This record gives sequence, structure tokens and C-alpha cells, in this order.
Amino acid sequence: MGADKIASNIVEATSSGDPFIFMFTIFVLAVFIGFYVVWSVTPALHSPLMSVTNAVSSVIIVGALIAAGPADMGFSKIMGFVAVILASINIFGGFIVTNRMLAMFKKKPKKVEASK
Amino acid sequence: MNETLTGFAYLAAAVCFILALRGLSNPESARKGTLLGIIGMVIAVVTTFADPTVMSFELIIAGIVIGGLIGTVVALKIEMTALPQLVAAFHSLVGLAAVFVASAAFFAPEAYGIGVLGNIKAASLVEMSLGAAIGAITFSGSLIAFGKLQGILGGSPLVFKGQHPLNALLAIALITMVVWLVQTNNETAFWAVVALSILIGFTIILPIGGADMPVVVSMLNSYSGWAACGIGFTLSNTALIVTGALVGSSGAILSYIMCKGMNRSIFNVLLGGFGGEVAGPIVGVGGEVKAVKSGSGEDAAFIMKNASKVIIVPGYGMAVAQAQHALREMCDLLKAEGVDVAYAIHPVAGRMPGHMNVLLAEANVPYDEVFELEEINTEFSTADVAFVIGANDVTNPAAKTDPTSAIYGMPILEVENAGTVLFIKRSMASGYAGVDNELFFRDNTMMLFADAKAMTESIVKALG
Repeated sequence: MGADKIASNIVEATSSGDPFIFMFTIFVLAVFIGFYVVWSVTPALHSPLMSVTNAVSSVIIVGALIAAGPADMGFSKIMGFVAVILASINIFGGFIVTNRMLAMFKKKPKKVEASK
Repeated sequence: MNETLTGFAYLAAAVCFILALRGLSNPESARKGTLLGIIGMVIAVVTTFADPTVMSFELIIAGIVIGGLIGTVVALKIEMTALPQLVAAFHSLVGLAAVFVASAAFFAPEAYGIGVLGNIKAASLVEMSLGAAIGAITFSGSLIAFGKLQGILGGSPLVFKGQHPLNALLAIALITMVVWLVQTNNETAFWAVVALSILIGFTIILPIGGADMPVVVSMLNSYSGWAACGIGFTLSNTALIVTGALVGSSGAILSYIMCKGMNRSIFNVLLGGFGGEVAGPIVGVGGEVKAVKSGSGEDAAFIMKNASKVIIVPGYGMAVAQAQHALREMCDLLKAEGVDVAYAIHPVAGRMPGHMNVLLAEANVPYDEVFELEEINTEFSTADVAFVIGANDVTNPAAKTDPTSAIYGMPILEVENAGTVLFIKRSMASGYAGVDNELFFRDNTMMLFADAKAMTESIVKALG
């Protein structure tokens, strides 16, 4: 809700456009950032890339928290609760498995270099 | 927290996520990157806690604890060979979470500031149905991918008549339901959107063969990002929009790389239904007619010991046989003999992008000995031995020379340029693509017929 207000405030302040254009601009620019950032990822780390994108896409938990937040019990709150569980599995699981993978990537030990 | 601050906090979270991906440009900075990703996530969650609509925390805390425990246990227990299944399962959860969030927003729009029940803004309904539809497709599609990778479902593609007309029909029905939903705010229309999308997820992934799952997993990675984006638009949340776009383009790029590795067009993938030839009959009777030279572990050990440069070409067969640890032992012995050892990885080796690198890293192979196809392909001509273990099609010269071959045009590791090619294989059967490999019959090839692990161990014994 907060970002919406900011978005509309900025848009109202700068032009007569609607917030959708503002958000769409962010979206398109983010796609470009993603494009350049991901091409710079070394192919050796494509598996950790996948698991870490998986973890960060669970930022969808933000939506789930708002749904699970209201004081009164209702259909949406239950939906939100389930979504919080699912997203949490991903966040914890995704980051942990990424760390496990990255911990395995080691450089050649110095000793071997010296023996050559 | 006031709204300007909230906006800044979400922006900070988004920046953390961008840097988390940026860190993966090399293994050194990658761990710092993951830490930034975690920080970004904490910022996003804490910021949302401060949202005025979030008033009761019991269920939220319970949800995070339950989910966190499950995620932690699974992530700590999973075998690295089973990584692709795990990632597929995680994708399906993101998809399902998107569906649940969309439905929560549909039935309690006030909390999200997008209207009131029964009278939600049209733009929000479009965004919501996009999020729900892509989420549902990701969910069911990833379930199928999981089933195929885990071996619960048969790996062969399930092709049926009228599959493309059926998909087209489902897509038209889906669009109709979205239009109906936007015009009437009808509850049935919302559920119809979800149900149809789940169905579409099944029908587009089921026809794809098990060997093509690397592309599918990357594609679903991309879908899960777009689903998050759709939800981000509904909630007007910049962190969610940015992250969704990052993940979406990341998955798309990975799918593109995988496609190129198999010489398939990206459109071919997006339309689904490829991989039919994977289940095709094994062609060629060369095994009986032409003669192959076969050798033992001792022969291989002798050849490699006297070489000055050996390039290892691992494939998924190595992982299936769990031969990576024995392989690393073999290479250590060779290095002790003064032999120069390097590993060559084909883009589609393994079951997901970069899978082979992880499997080798797990076996303590230093990452600076492991090279990608473009980096190492010219070096085969200066190598004395190419040691092919658990790979086949990715070394087949027919991909360059035979326009009628099913794998024609696929980039290959040019092992045939090495002095001697050692080829570990169980039998003369063809690879996934069902294509005979003429390499087996070359004069400079020696076949080592055995299980990859048993053969590698016998070489280790002969070297030791």
C-alpha cells in the first residue's frame, strides 16, 4: 500500500500519467538489469543462480503477510497463512541450499601448484 | 513507519537482490551475494510487518516457523544429485504461493487498497489474474517436472493427438475467463482462471521428455518470476516487481543457454511439445558390424600415466553411477604423476544448468580446473587423452558432420581431436538422442565397458 501511494504521489507530482505507467517503467528497467546481471554470472554457478533466484522470488511473502495480517479470521487470512508457509519453505530452503552449494566451490590448493 | 520510508525500504531490498545475483559472477563474491540476498529478504519482511494492515502476528509467526523448519530440513538433507527435483519443487511452491496471494487479494481487496469486494479496479483484476494464471501454470508444470526428474512419472514424453489444438482451446478459454472476471468481478470466473491455468501447466509440460528437463526447469524458473511480477503489480510493490523481473529474465536466459546447448529454438521450447525424438527407437546396428577396440582399467591407467595432458569429459551418467569421488581420486593420482588434468563441461551436462559443476565441486574438484565448452574446446588437439565418463551425445562428431542426424548442429566437445579417447560406457547402446556415436569405432578410441564407478575405481587401483 505504501509504495502505491509513493508511486502515485511521484507520478502526480511529475506528470499526469497513471501509477501503472510508473510501475511498468520500473518493471521494464528491472528486466534490463536482470538481463545484464545474469549474463555476467559464470556458467559454473548457474545452479546456485537458480536456487538463489528461487529464494528471492519468494519475496512474494510480502503479499502473503498482508493477507495473513488482519485481526479478524477469514478466508483471505487462511489463504495468506498458507502462502506464508509456502514462501517460508522457499526462502529458508533456497538460501540454505545455495549456501551449501557455494561452500563446495573451492580453488586449487597451493600445494598442488607448487609441486608442478 | 511512514510511506516514504516504506518505499525506500522496499527499494533497498530490491537493490540487495540485484547485488545477490551480481555476486554470482565468481565463486569468491558469491557467498557475500547470498548474504545480501538474505538481508534484502529480512528488510522486505520487516518492512511489511510495519504495514498498518498487519495487526495480528500469531499466524504469521507460526507460518514462518513451520515453513522455515520444513525448508531448512529439506535443504540440509537433499543430495546434490537430486538438486534439479528440489528446485522444481521449490518453483511449484512459489507458483502456488502466488495463487494463494492472488486469491487473498481477490477476496479481501481492501487490505491491498485495490477496491472493495465485488468492485475491484479493472487494472488490478488484470494484474491479479496474470499473477494467478502464471502462478498456477508454474505450480502444475513444476509438479510434472518434479515427477519426471524424481522418476515418479515416466521420463518419456506423453504425446497425444490434438495436443496443440487442445492447448490453444485452453488458452482461449483462459483469456475469455479473464475478460469475464474483469467485467463482472465474478467469483466463479476467478476460480475458472486458476483451474484452467493448472490444467494448462499439465498439458504443456507432460509432452516434454525427461532428458529435456533442464530447459523445462529453467523455463519454470522464469515463469515463477513473472508470477511474482504479476502479484507485485497488484500490490503496487516495487520490491516484488523488480525481483520478479530479475528472476523472470534470469530463467529466460538460462533456458536460452540450455536451448543453444541442444540446438533447439527458444520458440520450440515456449510452445512445448518437443523432445519426441528422445523416446525414439535406438537406431544403428553399428555395434555388431563395426569393430571397436576395448580395454581394461590397467590399459587406461597406463595410457593416462604416460600422458602429459588429460581432459576429463563428465556427463550425467557419472553422477548416476556416483563416480565423481572416484574420478577425483583418479585425477589426484594423475596429478601426482605430473599429468596436467582439466575438466570440460558441456552446457547441457547434468539435469539443470550448472549441475555438473556442483557435482564436481561436491567431490572436491577445484573450480579452477573446470572449464566450459568455449574455453576448452580448442585444447583437445593438444591433449594426449580425452577421458569421457558418463557422456555420449555431447561428444558425437555427427553433430558437425551429418546433417541427417537428430543432433546435427548441436555444439559438441571435440574429444576426437585428442591423441587417445577413453570412453567409459556400460554397453554399445546409444545416448538420449538415440544416435549412434561414430567415435566408438575410431582407431584412436578405446572403449572401457563397465559401470563408471567400478571402472574408475579399477583405474585408481592400477595407478596406485
